[in-house]
Amino acid sequence: MFYKNNYPFKQDEFILIEPPKRWPKLEFKEIWAYRELLYFLVWRDLKVLYKQTVMGFSWAVMKPLFSMIVFSIVFGKLAKIPSDGVPYPIFAFAALIPWSYFSSSLNSSGMSLISNTNLLTKIYFPRLILPIIPILSNIINLSISCVFLFGMMIYYGIYPSWNILFSPLLFIMMALTALGLGMWLSALGIQYRDVNHAMQFFVMMLMYAAPVVYPASLIPERYRLIYGMFPMAGVIEGFRASFLRTRPMPWDLIVIGAFVAILIVFTGVQYFHNMEKNFADVA
Amino acid sequence: MPQAVIRVENLSKRYRIGLHEQRHDSLGGVFFDFIRRPMRNLRELKKLTVFKSEEEIDIIWALKDVSFEVNEGDIFGIIGRNGAGKTTCLKILSRITKPTTGRIEINGRVGSLLEVGTGFHPELTGRENIYLNGAILGMNRREITQKFDEIVAFAEVEKFLDTPVKRYSSGMYVRLAFAVAAHLDPKILLVDEVLAVGDMDFQRKCLGKMEKISSEQRTILFVSHNIGVVRKLCTRGIYLEFGKIKKIGNIDDICNEYIRDTKVRKKAQSDNDIVMNVFVKDNQGKILKDWKYKQKILIEVEVQSADELISPAVDLAFYSNDGVKVTAVQSDRLMNLKNEKLRNFKICFNIRNIGITAGQLYLDVGLRCGGDTVYKALEQSVEIIPVSPAMLPPYYRDDTICCLPVDCYIGK
Repeated sequence: MFYKNNYPFKQDEFILIEPPKRWPKLEFKEIWAYRELLYFLVWRDLKVLYKQTVMGFSWAVMKPLFSMIVFSIVFGKLAKIPSDGVPYPIFAFAALIPWSYFSSSLNSSGMSLISNTNLLTKIYFPRLILPIIPILSNIINLSISCVFLFGMMIYYGIYPSWNILFSPLLFIMMALTALGLGMWLSALGIQYRDVNHAMQFFVMMLMYAAPVVYPASLIPERYRLIYGMFPMAGVIEGFRASFLRTRPMPWDLIVIGAFVAILIVFTGVQYFHNMEKNFADVA
Repeated sequence: MPQAVIRVENLSKRYRIGLHEQRHDSLGGVFFDFIRRPMRNLRELKKLTVFKSEEEIDIIWALKDVSFEVNEGDIFGIIGRNGAGKTTCLKILSRITKPTTGRIEINGRVGSLLEVGTGFHPELTGRENIYLNGAILGMNRREITQKFDEIVAFAEVEKFLDTPVKRYSSGMYVRLAFAVAAHLDPKILLVDEVLAVGDMDFQRKCLGKMEKISSEQRTILFVSHNIGVVRKLCTRGIYLEFGKIKKIGNIDDICNEYIRDTKVRKKAQSDNDIVMNVFVKDNQGKILKDWKYKQKILIEVEVQSADELISPAVDLAFYSNDGVKVTAVQSDRLMNLKNEKLRNFKICFNIRNIGITAGQLYLDVGLRCGGDTVYKALEQSVEIIPVSPAMLPPYYRDDTICCLPVDCYIGK
């Protein structure tokens, strides 16, 4: 620190570069300092999202809509899976909205390091912002399809309950889970590319672990708490309960899920941060 | 006493290189290999980031114990061949990758330019990419908005601002990318080889910009292969070879050493008992220091040998300051000494009307006997110093190193 005191620069302009520590300290202040870059990268994602397409932003609705049609035929009509007293299409759609947000955020977040190797190897910035970008940019699709859900609710004559006020909470839980898993997967995947090949399969499996095509009430009571360990179970059931008034709010699932979500994010940030020093070398 | 803004101490960086893999040629071998492969792959991948001992055979040190200091206002050049560790050094300084050992202290905001157009998105328009790229390089929105017009003018893309950059010509793309980068103004700028892009005019513009930056007391670290540019821009520097500093200090010394190493030189075979001296004189026989455009010069090569040399010949080769061989002369193509036996002799070259205008020229002298084998090569190059611009004809372009004596008229 030879000129830290006698140099006419501001303290924060002093940079010390040393070999990486085993447990580096988290610098949230630095992420905050780079918020502008985060903003621009999210903006870039949104700008190019539906460039050169005919349908534009209606794709945000189309994707869950088509899944809904397929699910209604296969699971609703053929398999006759119960739908908690509401028509199967809207039952599935109400779950597909959070699910498509979750799965596409998780997918892009998990791939975020690999798809941005050019940034990773050419400029410095807190790498933690890369998995955050898709979590934010996917909100636009989520909001568009939510508007569509309201349209469907009017069509079916279903009114939401007051619990809809809790939906931001559910959203945060879902975003944190996607972010935490995304950080785990991206940090692993940049060194072990197997992760990227397994990801699609992994996300599809997760869909069946969440009550997307079936109601959580099908799960036997004694497994219910274990079931709730996947945060998306609480999120999706809560979403249905508040929008479609299928059941009372499943607070048991939500509380367990929230704990797990926090755990995933906490470990994810730590793991990501520990591996961060290697990213540019293995990318 | 200038202040140091960058202090690098014992910097080393270790990488692992892939080793040649064992192959199996029997079906059984292939099968077992298939089974065992995942475990081995896992070990290999893990080894990318875990290092056990210093002595593992597949480790290379991209940088080893590099120390230097850069003062405020310096334009500091880093030169060296491919793989010498220049880019690694810059990447560590710009915090993209971490060093294995050592310590760096930097005082001031750092902007690094390892590539032009990092983060450019082909689908976005020129305008959008300026903002995006600016943000990626570390400018904030206000700064970009302030400099927007300047950037656009510099890149000469006014008409295409709202066209996606994927429809740009590659020249336009590079110009736009560089323009954004050039308007970055951090205290310390790290630049890698980015000047090797664009056409001549644009390159000159970029160099001008760099010179302007340095005149504002900002510090530049500049990595390049282009010795001519390095020599022109930089004041001090280091010459890296195999990850170590080969020479540090004044830029001219470093470049000279680099050029000496780079020149493809036939190895002198037996130069034990031969003494060779070279004199560069004007036509009155005075030793020349400056060599002016169109001036006649006399180059005398004096040879003293213990043994008789059979059919001796002297080669002269002129190199410009970026290491390009400009022209060469061989005495045995000009005069015949075939089967002559000489011990002490002087071979003179009378060069008329030299059109070369390079800032500095290096003269490489070699002695042959008969065939192609070089017996003696002169170690130090003789420098021939700048042409004064006033001597040059008005049609001369300063981006060339040669001026042809030329007339121009309307033909009948």
